[in-house]
Amino acid sequence: MDLNERIEKQLSENPVLLYMKGSPDFPQCGFSGQTVAALKATGTSFSYVNILEDPEIREGLKAYSNWPTFPQLYVNGELVGGCDIVVEMYHSGELQKLLGGKE
Amino acid sequence: MTSERTAAIRQRLQSRFEPIELLVKDQSHLHAGHEGAKDGRGHFDVSISSAAFEGLSQIQRHRMVYDALAELMTTDIHALRIKASTPTELH
Repeated sequence: MDLNERIEKQLSENPVLLYMKGSPDFPQCGFSGQTVAALKATGTSFSYVNILEDPEIREGLKAYSNWPTFPQLYVNGELVGGCDIVVEMYHSGELQKLLGGKE
Repeated sequence: MTSERTAAIRQRLQSRFEPIELLVKDQSHLHAGHEGAKDGRGHFDVSISSAAFEGLSQIQRHRMVYDALAELMTTDIHALRIKASTPTELH
């Protein structure tokens, strides 16, 4: 399976997927940590990939999404954004609306 | 080096977006010793307000900012906090 197929498979099998540094319990970067906190606050369960443990996905995803930084949150295979966007959407209530009923 | 970097970021964003407000802060000192700071690239905080963002979603605005910074994202910038607004949203 090539890299893009791996990414597409992960995205199609996980409706709410966070590519992050570290894990939700032990984020390795402040931005990943803040994104996890916003997601947890919505009460939605989410899948994650620790890109520090998967350098191939880390480089491949930057090209796939044309988005140069992590974390990256995907809902239904679509890039929602990085930390700033996700946290802002949480404060405006958009994130809760977007995630409503998805697990 | 630090002020050269913020100047380079400011210059790119100014010419691309002609913002009515542009604030660029180097926050690399807050992340010294942090895993992502090891390769020498910095953490920056950008607040930009431009009519060019009118009618666009946050994700489209962030993409435009990343695009304007182009290779600086791989040579100088490790992390970038972006606040992108339109002049009407600012007031």
